[in-house]
Amino acid sequence: MPEFLLDGRSVPFEPGQTVMEAAIAAGIYIPHLCWHPAFEPHGSCKLCTVDIDGRPASACTRPAEAGMQVTSGSEALRRLRLRLTQMLFVEGNHFCPSCEKSGDCELQAMGYYLGMTDNHYPHFYPRRELDASHPDILLDRDRCIFCELCVRASRKEGKSVFALAGRGPQTRLVINSPSGRLGDSELDAGDEAAGICPVGAIVRRNTAYRVPIGQRRYDLAGIDEESLARERPLLGRADGPTED
Amino acid sequence: MPDATEIARDAIARHGTAPVQLLAVLHEIQRRYHGIPRAAMEVVARAFGRSVAEVEGVIGFYSFLHERPHGEYAISFSDCPVDRFLGQDELIERLCRQLGVAPGQVRDDGRVSVETTSCTGLCDQGPALLVNGRAIPALDPGRIDTIAGLIEQRRPLEQWPGAWFRVEHGIRHPGPLLEAPEQPGKALELALELGPAGVLERIERSGLRGRGGAGYPTALKWRYCREAPGEHHVVCNADEGEPGTFKDRELLRLRTGDLVEGMTLAAFVTGAREGFLYLRAEYGFLAAELEQHIAERRSAGLLGHTILGREGFDFDLHLVTGAGAYVCGEESALLNSIEGRRGTPRNRPPYPVTAGLWGRPTVVNNVESYIAACRIVLQGAEWFTRHGTERSRGTKLLSISGDCARPGIYELPFGTPVGEVLELCDAGEPVGVQVGGPSGTFIAPPEFARRIAYEDLSTGGAFMVFGPDRDPVAIAAQFSHFFAHESCGFCTPCRVGTALQQRLMERICGGRGTVADLQELEQLAGLMRQASHCGLGHTAANPVSDTLARYPEYYQARLQGAALQPQPGRPPADSRKEVARDA
Ligand SMILES: Cc1cc2nc3c(=O)[nH]c(=O)nc-3n(C[C@H](O)[C@H](O)[C@H](O)COP(=O)(O)O)c2cc1C
Ligand code: SF4
Ligand code: SF4
Ligand code: FES
Repeated sequence: MPEFLLDGRSVPFEPGQTVMEAAIAAGIYIPHLCWHPAFEPHGSCKLCTVDIDGRPASACTRPAEAGMQVTSGSEALRRLRLRLTQMLFVEGNHFCPSCEKSGDCELQAMGYYLGMTDNHYPHFYPRRELDASHPDILLDRDRCIFCELCVRASRKEGKSVFALAGRGPQTRLVINSPSGRLGDSELDAGDEAAGICPVGAIVRRNTAYRVPIGQRRYDLAGIDEESLARERPLLGRADGPTED
Repeated sequence: MPDATEIARDAIARHGTAPVQLLAVLHEIQRRYHGIPRAAMEVVARAFGRSVAEVEGVIGFYSFLHERPHGEYAISFSDCPVDRFLGQDELIERLCRQLGVAPGQVRDDGRVSVETTSCTGLCDQGPALLVNGRAIPALDPGRIDTIAGLIEQRRPLEQWPGAWFRVEHGIRHPGPLLEAPEQPGKALELALELGPAGVLERIERSGLRGRGGAGYPTALKWRYCREAPGEHHVVCNADEGEPGTFKDRELLRLRTGDLVEGMTLAAFVTGAREGFLYLRAEYGFLAAELEQHIAERRSAGLLGHTILGREGFDFDLHLVTGAGAYVCGEESALLNSIEGRRGTPRNRPPYPVTAGLWGRPTVVNNVESYIAACRIVLQGAEWFTRHGTERSRGTKLLSISGDCARPGIYELPFGTPVGEVLELCDAGEPVGVQVGGPSGTFIAPPEFARRIAYEDLSTGGAFMVFGPDRDPVAIAAQFSHFFAHESCGFCTPCRVGTALQQRLMERICGGRGTVADLQELEQLAGLMRQASHCGLGHTAANPVSDTLARYPEYYQARLQGAALQPQPGRPPADSRKEVARDA
């Protein structure tokens, strides 16, 4: 098998694999928010930025090549990822203490992993619409980080309930239904798209406090360990481009 | 007025439901209904086999399409530093006052809306506005007053003075490319003799590099595409969204034949049978002439089936009009836009030469690149290499605007020093020049010996001159607004970084900035450059970091408490006031 070097370790890969897939398969965590092993890579959050042969690249979209020299674990990249995470916090409205996703949220866990102690940037306090029209699912756009995981998941399920609209800082998640509200869409609580959101933007109702704070996903393990344990077995599940 | 769904059905009947027609259908609904309400979206979604949410996503992406109706007269003023130098702000205020409408709003009776839009590519004859998508250059207070009157009388645009809509060619300094007479079909005849490999060899030997700014060798692009398996496409990038650039506007009118012939040559080399010309919406006034030209070439046997009688040489060309998004000039975003999607840049690799339009190998080139390719086939590689430098062959069209006596289009050999350009356009002693537009380089007088060339100052053609009284900080602030407005929002560093940068620049211009803010700007610049997904984010900090490096005293003079110290530089009077109040 061909190999590349990641932070000094040899990582074997199968042709066609991305740097991210090969790294996760080899048990090496590269931070990510918009990447998920079951879907085509998106490349938008940029948390997976690594250095490849002296140039920055997104590990989740870059095909692995033999002999590449990849750096992911440097202090400079930790700082870069920290700033990106802080950007995601300030552009939305994330009030972790009152959020039911707290402890299960990848953004919050990423903050801990990167040693985030403040927001660094000023808050934008955007005004975004809450959609509580669905009996089983809540859409709180304040917490959306535009990863399009829900978009990709719903498309794969053949429902295409979600899409992004707007541009730039006005980007927003919209719903495919006559009224534009979630309650009138085809989304069911059992859909993968209803459970895929890495943050607290799409949450299943009446499940919020089933697992008490202190025993939640990232209370038990850091995002690096948790990600490897959960995502490694799913590798190779992405089938064909899900780009619409 | 017919209702929106009727208009939608009508537009669909006219344009059809091929994906490339989506923008055309949406444009027509927008034009006739002044907005695209949900009911119309549903009709469109059903016809195109897309979800309503997707159609909503497409509409929301483009500045010229809106869900909520705009005014019956939708006015957009070009928002570019150069238009502003020419008094744009006062004109906007004047028009709004007369019409009783607030900027960015629709008047209560729905008659008129007034807003600003990114540079419309008329900087050499500004200030300019678009009314229902049609350009009116050379505005002055008198014309504004007449416009207000015509709107109050509800006079259709056809009854407005036709001369207003005339855009001058503005050619100040023609060179070999602009002077050579067109010889329709001649390059194609030669190509048939040379064969695809011979054409490629000629272009390769000329050293032609892309004129859109990045400078990628054109022959290499054509070769990679030719070698990739499957059906191919040829696309012309006529999006020309870079503020201060307007040379393609004239090439599209004055060198239409060479352009189409250049694209046909690319088709001959790659085997493409279908091509697209992606025109920025702001240049909608060129569309009819382009369509006509394409039709004429079809009748002349230079486009369509069996070109010049050669069996199997088939190539046809279609016009696609954008809808107001700078990022659609980025080639992969442009391809998404042609496919009727949101114009976000794609992940690369794969590059368009192997997987472009509908995943097929695609050549994307700038207008000027195709024209140069056509002339090279006609006149030979040596004709081309006579001008320019070792690494930058040929001539380059510059769009010169701003504080100079002779703004317009100049064709100059690569390697020309900035100082010489400034003399040609009679610019006096500027404080600085923005070469290549905001995504290029902002240079100061000590660098005026630098040259226009890929190896020194690379440019897609913009050359904006800033006179001695202009404030580089204010200009950088305006450009930071531009990038925040045009960021597509796909990736975190650019979506959030451009917004943060804009806020910091506003703070500094308002006299509330601190030394820490300057450091933050530098850090943001590094982050956007390193982590952004596409060229827009990579260059979005250029005006700020270039001016920070070259004009630190202008920034210092703007900082909080700076009025207490004697300062070099020239802080404008208004910022002094602000500082005094805050201090
Ligand atoms: C944000 C952005 C905007 C761009 N706008 C244009 C444009 O308006 N016209 C253009 O020809 N190239 C533009 N480009 C460059 C294109 O991506 C591409 O490199 C070019 O069309 C290739 O043609 P060329 O090789 O003939 O220059 C832009 C790039 C970026 C990143
Ligand atoms: S709702 Fe959640 S899954 Fe969907 S785009 Fe936003 S953050 Fe991503
Ligand atoms: S860099 Fe900016 S324009 Fe480019 S993909 Fe990212 S958000 Fe969009
Ligand atoms: S994980 Fe690679 S960009 Fe989000």
